[in-house]
Amino acid sequence: MLTKRIIACLDVHAGRVVKGVQFVDLIDAGDPATQAARHAREGADEIVLLDITATHEGRQTLLDTVRRTARELFVPFCVGGGIKSARDAEQVFEAGADKVSINSAALADPDLISAIGSSFGAQAVVVAIDARRDPEAADPVREAQVFVHGGRKPAGRRVVEWAREAEERGAGEILLTSMDADGTRAGFDCELTAAVSEAVGIPVIASGGAGTVAHFADVFSRGKAHAALAASIFHFGVSTSRSLKVELAQLGVPVRLPC
Amino acid sequence: MRVTVIDYKAGNLTSVLKTLRHLGAEPQVTDGDLSLVESAERIVLPGVGHFAATERLDATGLTGAIRAAIARGVPFLGICVGMQWLYAGSTEAPQQPGLGAFSVSCSRFAESTEKVPHVGWNSLEVREGSRLLSGVEPGEFVYFTHSYKGPVTAETAAVTQYIEPFAAAVESANVMGVQFHPEKSGETGLKILRNFLAWDAKGNPC
Repeated sequence: MLTKRIIACLDVHAGRVVKGVQFVDLIDAGDPATQAARHAREGADEIVLLDITATHEGRQTLLDTVRRTARELFVPFCVGGGIKSARDAEQVFEAGADKVSINSAALADPDLISAIGSSFGAQAVVVAIDARRDPEAADPVREAQVFVHGGRKPAGRRVVEWAREAEERGAGEILLTSMDADGTRAGFDCELTAAVSEAVGIPVIASGGAGTVAHFADVFSRGKAHAALAASIFHFGVSTSRSLKVELAQLGVPVRLPC
Repeated sequence: MRVTVIDYKAGNLTSVLKTLRHLGAEPQVTDGDLSLVESAERIVLPGVGHFAATERLDATGLTGAIRAAIARGVPFLGICVGMQWLYAGSTEAPQQPGLGAFSVSCSRFAESTEKVPHVGWNSLEVREGSRLLSGVEPGEFVYFTHSYKGPVTAETAAVTQYIEPFAAAVESANVMGVQFHPEKSGETGLKILRNFLAWDAKGNPC
């Protein structure tokens, strides 16, 4: 049976894992290669490394980090942050990533999706969408808006439509972050996740808002998500992907166990 | 041990090469140098992407060299599209023939409410007697990402359920294929690759 994936996400700045709220007050949280290997050992089904450096000089550091992280990692490995061209993506793949996650660059140049997909396959392209409900709209969920620049600036696109276009252009997966739910620990935006999942034929990864194990179970059932990003949950109570999955299994969610 | 890895310019070889090195093998990549196939101790045909890309194997003469190597008893492992290539063909690119080691063809998952591609960790039902999957316990998970699949036949070494039962692995003497990505399947994947690397050139386990 196909299982629901728990994806460990590492925010990386200048070659180090960092923790912080909204990229402010960053705390050094270790070496990316060590942390990724630990998450894989502790049951994560996949690793996402998100580079928040976003400077030109930082690119080489990132590629070194990806290379070191990939060396001893034998689960799927996705890298996002600052990938603006097919050449950027190629370098990240050559360094050992299996997938790239692209966000604002795909909005600015939607051809980037097919450009990467045609060389490396659709399975290697994850389109990340930062979404906010539109409280003014008749249907705040269906008319939710895409945001860029860390959720500060509207992109002028509706989430569901952009997700559909990304699929048509050859994205293999959608990584949907609810900016409304992010950081609240009040649960994923299941309505929005379900709206996107129902609109596309490709898997949707839910992100933002996890506070309890039940929130994960909820986004897999009600939210129709195929995978969920776990980041801050590891800071409060639930110590590993494995313990998260053991509890999810007790709630009837199909997960990869033992792992 | 030397492993000849076939590059047909369809996606990324880095993960496969890295994993083979981790297991102590020395991968040698060829995108057309037939001598590396003629002298091969083992051949791995990775693959992500479109079945049509296998046309390059015909154009470079690699198809014929691989066919001859298989006939000599060289252990061969196809991964993902590399496994699908072992069949007669695929509806993904109907004009492009596969190697034809198995007479049936690959096809897309049937229309259903489930997502296609099939992406994620799914379990294996290993058939008795598989040497490639020796030591894989019932229900162990491996990582898949694909939209096309081979049918279940006598050569199927493991079955996975998604929308319908399909061939997760095939095995016939020294010809082997896996639809999943052993290089991305944690300890289970490493175990399967170790089994492949442990075969002698006649296809018998050491």
